Amino acid sequence: MAADRLEDRSPFGYGDRRLADDIDGTEPKSAAALGPNATPWQLAADVCDPEIPAISIADLGILRAVSVSPDGEDVTVTITPTYSGCPAMKAIENDLHRVFTQAGFRTVAVDLVLSPAWTTDWITPAGQRALHDSGITPPTGTRPVSGPIGLTLSVRCPHCGSFDTAVLSQFGSTACKALYRCSACREPFDWFKPLL
Amino acid sequence: MASTPEAAPRQAQRQPGHDPASLAAKVAAPRNRVGAYEPLVDYVLRLGDDALILSQRLVDWVAKSPVIEEDIALANIALDLLGQARMLLTYAGSQLPEPKSEDDLAYWRQSAQFRCAHLVEIPGGDFARTMARQLVFSTYQQLLYSQLETSTDATIAAIAAKASKEVRYHVDHATKWVLRLGDGTEESHGRMQAGIDAVWPYTAELFDADAGVTPYATDRTDQALQPLITDGICPDPAMLQAPWQEAVVAVLETATLTIPQTRWHARGGRTGIHTAHLDYVLAEMQTVARAHPGAAW
Repeated sequence: MAADRLEDRSPFGYGDRRLADDIDGTEPKSAAALGPNATPWQLAADVCDPEIPAISIADLGILRAVSVSPDGEDVTVTITPTYSGCPAMKAIENDLHRVFTQAGFRTVAVDLVLSPAWTTDWITPAGQRALHDSGITPPTGTRPVSGPIGLTLSVRCPHCGSFDTAVLSQFGSTACKALYRCSACREPFDWFKPLL
Repeated sequence: MASTPEAAPRQAQRQPGHDPASLAAKVAAPRNRVGAYEPLVDYVLRLGDDALILSQRLVDWVAKSPVIEEDIALANIALDLLGQARMLLTYAGSQLPEPKSEDDLAYWRQSAQFRCAHLVEIPGGDFARTMARQLVFSTYQQLLYSQLETSTDATIAAIAAKASKEVRYHVDHATKWVLRLGDGTEESHGRMQAGIDAVWPYTAELFDADAGVTPYATDRTDQALQPLITDGICPDPAMLQAPWQEAVVAVLETATLTIPQTRWHARGGRTGIHTAHLDYVLAEMQTVARAHPGAAW
């Protein structure tokens, strides 16, 4: 660690730098843990969404392609953002760089594509289960209602299964989620908003 | 002014070097025109600057909203707009003769080089006025992006397809608040009406075809956009006005609000002539980047 960095001169210290290197708290499993026979897709799919660590980028549908050069040395990973302003893209890019570098690739290129635009339909069934298990109701596949009079959609509580729930805000802790409360068990929960 | 042959040399003697013709030529020289962009760059900057400045305006509400859910909602909407602005400014910068980054364009332009409409730069006022602006702007953006999805420019089409999905939620959010406040108590109704009245004169500029060169000309035909419209890169902004009016009026009437009748409307933002408010927004937004040029973290 270079000693002339501004933060290293802080009288309060910065504790264990190894933790800080994993800036989003979703350190992917090492390439070694996946074994030598892991395919490039499996390596990329091991990276999780830093804002919803329960779900991998493959199950979320933002991992679009993984291609390896003919000599097997260089890898190009293609990802697409969920929302235009999604702040997780940089962290995902860093994780992809790390996992492929550890696996011994010479160069890692991460391409960000916008078209076709991501939709919640690309969340896999495994991803839907992972969301539910972490207390987030998966998207119900209903178009968001536009027009002067909005309709209330029934969203199922991930805790008790009741459909007697009420929206608190269409905008939740991340761009892709809405905030709900269950009227039966009174627990608040997130709903992954459909984006179609 | 016609000058006689005798008067001309005398004037030249009195004001050496102040030949009006050469002065005009100097002012018009490309070097001195603060904002002269190619039509495509100009258009993409309009889209990007609208999103960027409105995003900055919405952030004013963070930690000051009436309820915590609105703190989060307005920050989320601002984040969507910021994401759109980043993609659009990156694209605009890549099309410049000397390519610039999104940060160069956001932090190192003067207000006269911005192409946003006055609607997004005026202060948000109270929560009702902010919701009034969100309603009129998001409805406009929804119509615009749905047209741009079929743009012949592949990058614009891709950005529009992405943003279009997000803007539906912005329209929904603003619509619900305008209905709730307009058709609410006497106090909330009065504030909502005042909010709509305040933003209404700024809406016509969105559909104004005044483009480019002569800000106060009476001709409303957008010469700067004409080549882009012909090539199918963007729709004629004036065509969006009727569907916009229909959508917004439907909400206002349901909210028991009166459609404002205004005798003036703002214009000039698309040519780089802005309200003084923009300078304050930029001063705040650009201060860190300008205090530490080239800083990275």
